[in-house]
This record gives sequence, C-alpha cells and structure tokens, in this order.
Amino acid sequence: MSAHRLPERALEHTSMSEPTGGRLVVVGNGMVGQRLVEALREHDTDRRWQVTVLSEEPRRAYDRVALSSYFDGATATELDLVEPGCYETPGYALHLDEAVTGIDRAARTVTTSRHRVFGYDALVLATGSAPFVPPVPGRDLPGCFVYRTLEDLDAIRAAAKQAATRTRGRRAGLVIGGGLLGLEAARALRLLGLSPHVVELGPRLMPLQVDEGGGAVLRALIEDLGVTVHLSTSVAALSREHDGGMLATLADGAELDVDLVVFSAGVRPRDQLARDTDLAIGQRGGVLVDDGCVTSDSAIFAVGECACVGGRVHGLVAPGYAMAEVLADRLLGGTASFTGADTSTKLKLMGVDVASFGDALAATPGALEVTVTNPVRRSYAKLVVSDDATTVLGGVLVGDASKYAGLRPLVGRALPGDPVAMIAPVGDGAGAGAGALPADAQVCSCHAVTKDTITAAIADRDLSDVAGIKACTRAGTGCGSCVPLLRTLLAESGVAVGTALCEHFDHTRAELFAFARVEGIATFTDLIQRHGRGRGCDLCKPVVASILASLDHGHILDGEQAALQDSNDHVLANIQRNGTYSVVPRVPGGEITPAKLIAIGEVARDFGLYTKITGGQRIDLLGARIEQLPAIWRRLVEAGFESGHAYGKALRTVKSCVGSTWCRYGVQDSVSLAIELELRYRGIRSPHKIKAGVSGCARECAEAQSKDIGVIATEHGWNLYVGGNGGFRPRHADLLLTDVDTATLVRTIDRFIMFYIRTADRLQRTAGWVESLSAGGVDGLAYLRSVLVDDALGIAAELDAAMARHVERYQDEWAAVLADPQRLRRFASFVNAPDLPDPSVAFVTERGQPRPVPLPVPVPAPVRRAGTVAALEVIR
Amino acid sequence: MTRRADMAASPATPPPGTPATAGVWTAVCRYTDLVPERGAAALIGDMQVAIFRTFDGRLYALDNRDPFTGVHVLARGIVGSRGEAPTVASPLHKQVFDLRTGACLDDPRVTVIIYPVRDRDGTVEVWTPSG
Repeated sequence: MSAHRLPERALEHTSMSEPTGGRLVVVGNGMVGQRLVEALREHDTDRRWQVTVLSEEPRRAYDRVALSSYFDGATATELDLVEPGCYETPGYALHLDEAVTGIDRAARTVTTSRHRVFGYDALVLATGSAPFVPPVPGRDLPGCFVYRTLEDLDAIRAAAKQAATRTRGRRAGLVIGGGLLGLEAARALRLLGLSPHVVELGPRLMPLQVDEGGGAVLRALIEDLGVTVHLSTSVAALSREHDGGMLATLADGAELDVDLVVFSAGVRPRDQLARDTDLAIGQRGGVLVDDGCVTSDSAIFAVGECACVGGRVHGLVAPGYAMAEVLADRLLGGTASFTGADTSTKLKLMGVDVASFGDALAATPGALEVTVTNPVRRSYAKLVVSDDATTVLGGVLVGDASKYAGLRPLVGRALPGDPVAMIAPVGDGAGAGAGALPADAQVCSCHAVTKDTITAAIADRDLSDVAGIKACTRAGTGCGSCVPLLRTLLAESGVAVGTALCEHFDHTRAELFAFARVEGIATFTDLIQRHGRGRGCDLCKPVVASILASLDHGHILDGEQAALQDSNDHVLANIQRNGTYSVVPRVPGGEITPAKLIAIGEVARDFGLYTKITGGQRIDLLGARIEQLPAIWRRLVEAGFESGHAYGKALRTVKSCVGSTWCRYGVQDSVSLAIELELRYRGIRSPHKIKAGVSGCARECAEAQSKDIGVIATEHGWNLYVGGNGGFRPRHADLLLTDVDTATLVRTIDRFIMFYIRTADRLQRTAGWVESLSAGGVDGLAYLRSVLVDDALGIAAELDAAMARHVERYQDEWAAVLADPQRLRRFASFVNAPDLPDPSVAFVTERGQPRPVPLPVPVPAPVRRAGTVAALEVIR
Repeated sequence: MTRRADMAASPATPPPGTPATAGVWTAVCRYTDLVPERGAAALIGDMQVAIFRTFDGRLYALDNRDPFTGVHVLARGIVGSRGEAPTVASPLHKQVFDLRTGACLDDPRVTVIIYPVRDRDGTVEVWTPSG
C-alpha cells in the first residue's frame, strides 16, 4: 500500500491541463457532492458540463448534520437537500442505488454496480467517509450499529422497539465514542426510551472541540440528563446474553447490561476507489488533492470527507462545502483555491449548548487563555488570545453559547476589548456586537459569507428582512447560529427590522397603540387615514380592533369595529376545521358547581355538541354551527355562564390547584385567588392570548411557571412569575416578586398586563416580550421590576387607571349580543335562509360523540403563507 | 371559466362582461342587509355564494367554498386590500383572494369562481348559470 502514498509533489501536473467542459461524473450524492452540483447549476451558465451523479445510496442528498432531528419527528423529506428541479434541469442526471465499482483512468470511464459504463472528461470523487468501528470482539453481533445514514437510524429505532418487548427493567444503550456524533447518538437513544451509557477513550467528552474545563462542565450537564459517562476507558468485549440483551465489558473491568450498541468512534475517508486505481493517497488515508481539489490524475478530483487536502482530512461539512465551491470554480476555468476552512462548531446537544471556534485548545505557542466558569449555572467560557494579548485566536463555550455568533468572526482579528467582559454572562458586559466586526469577517461559516457581502446585499438589493438575506446570500441557511447577527446587521444598515405591521401601516403595534391613545383615535378609518394607507387586511385590522378594545371604545361588535374583528372575534367563537365553531364558557379558576356541570351537559346533549375537557380547566363544546351560537349562548347565559374568550387574543384562564382549603400541603387559598384574578382580567384584549396559574404551594400543581402570569404560594404570601409559555416554544417564567401580599401582587399584575398591552408587538406572547426587554446589556427582568414596582417610567398611575377602567366597564360579550337584535343578525347561516344549516357540514359518531366528516379538497397541497403559525393558533 | 366576469359595476342591466351562457339573476337580500367590509353567505339552489360589500359601496360575489379546505366559509373572512386589489382572507388558513377575479394572491395555482352581482333598487341580485 505504501506505493500509493506518494509525496505531495506527485500532484504537480506537467503534461495535461485540467478539463474545462464535457462529461462530468460525480461519484456520491452526499451533502458535499450535491453542493458541487448546485454550484455548477448556478454558475455554469454556458452549459459547459453534462453532469451525471452516481450514488450507491437509495435516496438523494439529505442533511446528515441534522440527522438526529429524524428522531424528533423530522421526516426524510424534510431533511432532503436537493433544490427542487435540480435533476429535471437538462444536462443534470442522478442515478441512485448505483455504486461505482471501478475507474478506468486510461479509457476515462467508470463502471457501476448495474454493469453500466459511463465515460467522463472529468471525474469527481465525493464518496464521503465511513464510520470507524474499532476491532472489539463481538462488534459484528446483531444489536451493534453505526450512526451515519437514515437507514442506520431506522435500524436503531427498530432494535429499540424490539428491546421494549423484552420484559426487563429499564432498558439501556451503549454508545462507543464521546465525540460530537456520540453525544448525538446518546440523545437519540434517550429519545427512544433507553438509558444511554457513553464510553470515551479520551479524558473528556468531545475531546477535539472542548478543553478540560469545558469538558468537566459538559460532563456535569450531560449526566444531569440521565446519561452515564465512562471516561478514559474503552470497550474490551461485547457478547450476547440469553435474554436477547448484550453484555459489554469495559477495559477497566466494569460490565454493562445493554440492549444495543452504537459505534461512533470517528470516521475514515472512503478512498478505496482511488486506491484501486492507484491515485495518490494521504498519509492517514484520503484521496490526496492539491488546493484546487485535483488528485494525482488531472482529470480526477476529490471533495469532502474522502479527500486529503493540505495533509488533512476534514470531517465537517463547512470545509467540504468550501471545497465544492473551489472545484466548481476550477471546472469553469477559475483559479479558486482551498486555503483551509473554519472548523468552528456550535451545537445544542440534548439542550446543552456547546461551541468551539478557532484555536479552541490553545495549541498556538504562548497562547493565553481567559476563562469564566460558573459552576452554579453550569456554564464555561474560554477565550484564547495571542501571547501579547492583542489577537483573538479561538474559544470554547459550554452551557451557554449565546456569545458564539459575536465571538467566532473575531478569530484572527484584534482583540476589541477586555476579554473577560467579552465572555462574561449577559448583563456584565457589552459583548461583541456585529458593529465590532471588520468588513471581511465571516458571519456565516457554513456558507463562508462575509459581513461586507451581507451588508452589500442589504444595500444593493434593498433587503428588509432575514428571509431576503438568506435568499440572496445563503447566509443563515446552514446551522442558523448567525441569524441573530443577520438581524443586527439589518438594524445597523438602517433597516427597521420587521417593524412594519403590514403593507398598510409602517408602524409597530406599540406605535399604533400610542397614536390611538395620545391622539384619541377611536376608529380604524381615522387611524389608517392619519397613519396608514389602503383599506387594511387580516393582519392589521385585528390588531387595531384589539387596540381600540383596550382603549375601551365599546363592545367589539359595535359600529365600524365589528368589521375589524378577526374572524373568530367577529362571531365570539373559535372556528374549527369543518367551519363549525367551539363554544367555551368561562369557569373561573376551574371551580364549577354540580348544577353548572349538568347545565353544560344538557346544552351539549340538546345541540349535539362534542365535549372535551381543556388544558385550562374548562369544557370545550365543539361542532356548533354559526346559526346555533346565539341559542347555545342563551341557554348557557341563563345557567349563569359567560364567554370564556377562547376565541380572542385575551385572558383565557387562571388555572389553579385546590389549595389550602382541601389539600394537606397547601399553604394559601389558590382557588380564591385564581377566581379573583380571572374575574378581574376577563375580557381584556391583548397582543396575544394570556394564560395564568395559581399554585397553593411549592409543589406547583397548577403549572404556574409555564404561564404568562404564574403565582405560587409561600408561607408568607405569594411569589409572582412572568413570561412563561407552553406550546410552540416552551419557556419557564421568570421570578419577578417574592413573598408579597395579595394587594401588592394584584397591583403588579395589573401593571404587567397593561404595560404588555401597550408595548408588545403583534402576536408577541409575554415570553418573547419579556425577553425582548433584555437588549444591549440591560437585564430585562430588573427593568420590568423598576417599571412595575418602582415606577421608573412614571406611568404606574396611568396603568392602574387603565386597569380600573377595564374592571369597571367589563361586560359579558355573549349577553350583550343576545340583548341586541342588530348584532344577532350576524349569526345567520345564509342571508337569504338565516336558519338553514350549511348542507355540506356532516358528522359521524365516534366513541359516542359527533366528529366532522372530512371534506374533499380540490387543491393538492396548500401553499402556506408566512405567518401561518400564528394563523393556526387562531384555529385551535 | 366562461362564468368569470368583472363584477365591479352594479347597473340595472347586466353589466358588460356578463356571460353569454344562460343564467338567472336571483334576489338574495337587501343592500342594507350587508355590513360594509364584511361578507355574507347566500344559498342559491345548491350553490353557496359569498357576497361582499366593500367600504366604497361596491359588491362582489365569490364561490363561498375555501378551495384549500373544501369548507364553505369565505364569506366569514376579513375584507381588506392588497395593493389595489380588494381582498378577503380565508378564516381558516388566511390565504388571500382578489374579490375582483377570485384569484388567490398567495397561491397562483388557485382561483375561486366569481359570480356577477348587482344592486337593483336596493335589492342585491346574484347571477348564476342555469342547468
């Protein structure tokens, strides 16, 4: 084999020049191979090349970096990387399930597993790498897997499922290798219900990316998640147990009972084709190429993990992409060369942030290391600087990688400030903003996009949002870690990021609120004539309707305001997938009498409604047709119910536990407080829905910390939490006040809600709003406390008065409609047949209740518009 | 597609562009029954039609069926404008339709049928093809 390992000068081509057109054959359709094809599609405008891609895999290129998201429910289709239409383009062909088995360099042909022969003028090897499986006895047993392809993941999933059928205790899985991929695999095992063990030969996890200090914090964080970590040891043998499980014996003598084993001990370049045809091979494997990706045969090229460039085989996608771009340029006659690539990494492993950039391990002679460790919050940050403390060389972040986007581009540049302040936790220093970056600094390392490329695109193409930057420059379309930086660059370029509500208003919701309040504007027409244009739309009309409701301009279905309401508010009910509505009466605090329960049951029975208990401790009645709504409400109102505002951007429920009245652990009467709060804030209109909870003791049975407003009883009073969220993006609420009495608590919640209503964006939950208050080094929570408690802005009296007015003027919206024949007329099924049910709506019975019959849909797949997430939320 | 026509005007005689196909004008309600900037559904035979009265007093009529879900709800959407086009947004997934043409402005593949509609002495009439 040594004959293959030629020195680098073997790559000096003297006779033949590189080809610049004709038949191009690409072997392999992984991420890098596909990237090459797409670069050619973009730049080969003269159609110099006829491209044929041969891949042994059964499916086309997909995002292997995001492989683990497959276990979070991502589908193979979602991971697909191939641009639509790529292989429908004339001159571009992809053959799957067809491996190249040999290369005839003299004839310039390749032979495939389907016994076909393809001629080439240029041949590209993009065969990637294969998992390295150390020679452990038993490694070929069933139950041993690698972690590389979707097929591997399917096999692991099937094995985990099978393990579940065996009757043993807690099931376990063993991951061999504690690197990046090994931890991904451990996470996957955990998602599959197995207790993961990780065995790493090195003295710490992720030894290539993280130093000793970071490794210690990382281990603590990973073990918190139920992963058992075995360091500085290896697996000596694997054997099969009688019950179908496996026994792993470690080098230190420990024995582990496991159900399956995943090898993730690194990868090796797949260079066999090159070896077979006597191309030069690197010292430690990999097809030897020069900085133009040319192998020892000037008609053959190699890119990605199968290539050895500059004496190194790169195992990350960013260098692979860079090589693909270089080769595309070379194939079109350019002179680009590969000069190394950013090997920075930022990832979230099981929710744990890990980032490593530049010379993370301080290998540069004389390098100085500045570290900030916070063992309480389990975070570690290190900045590596040159021996004279003038240049940033690299760094490591574990536990909190929020500084990564600002720090990584500084590698190789002058240290802009005090290094400790740069890596200190938020609030203690200014941090590194995008403004501190030099123009040629790389912002997106996945696609090698520099700051000046982005700022030029913003200026030249008049970009106004992150989506535009992604489309024009590809920045932010890789790992996504630079997206916050893109937003900052937009702001620094003078673009008001996303503040325009829609095409009719250039203002934010908060600005419109201020206009309406200060100028005394009471109608949409007045507001749009003074501050907007056109006739409004489904985005701005409901926002203005909400603002006018908050400023107390009468019943939401009065006068012009009626036409503004979102389609659910317009009928005071929540539309469902078949066009019928749900009806949710308010049940304050979740407390309900037997008589009222019976009344709800009778209404549901008499109108044929489906009933379900909601998460907010009330009862949802579904399947009401529009013309039935008033009759349903009349029965409910007679039984003492009122609207629960389940259709509105409004207070929904205040959930409670039974509290000290009944519970032997309770320390305060959580039910009474929940009822008081729900009755106080019912009907208030806000930028988004508001949910609250009150728990009677620290056991927190009301889950108050997942609510916009959470109250937890203490021995001495109440603790107030704000900004919690469940749903799409869960967030634990922040503790705002401790041990306060009821009067202080209610006053602070009054102000919190009113301040939120005045200043939040459209459809911004309190969670995002509270986070948005932390900007430019300001601690948002401290700021909020200063406004609400210490009246730092001098608006507390106004906020209090606004809430007092709301409480005083509240009226039940259902009862108000029932009392007004004019409003009632809107609840007609047909203007010419007001009580006739929509003939297309039908139900079948399932588990003793009605359910909608699905309707035929003529359009194959709805194209969803931006903002659909918010729209979907309305429907729920 | 022969049923398509420009619906903007509402004179006493069928407007220009009224299809040559046989059809009938059906009275569905009084003009004042319609709320400005909102829609109402009407049932004509077994056809469900969404009728809209915009801020400038014009009338528009579309098939009431939301083509993305198959549910008859377009009359309950929010009326507004996009550029020069008067629009309605489906109350289900908020796709926006041009009231003048029925074209979906968020998905060029999709168009809903529009119907001629007019205000005749305070009565709203909708033209539908016969047979």
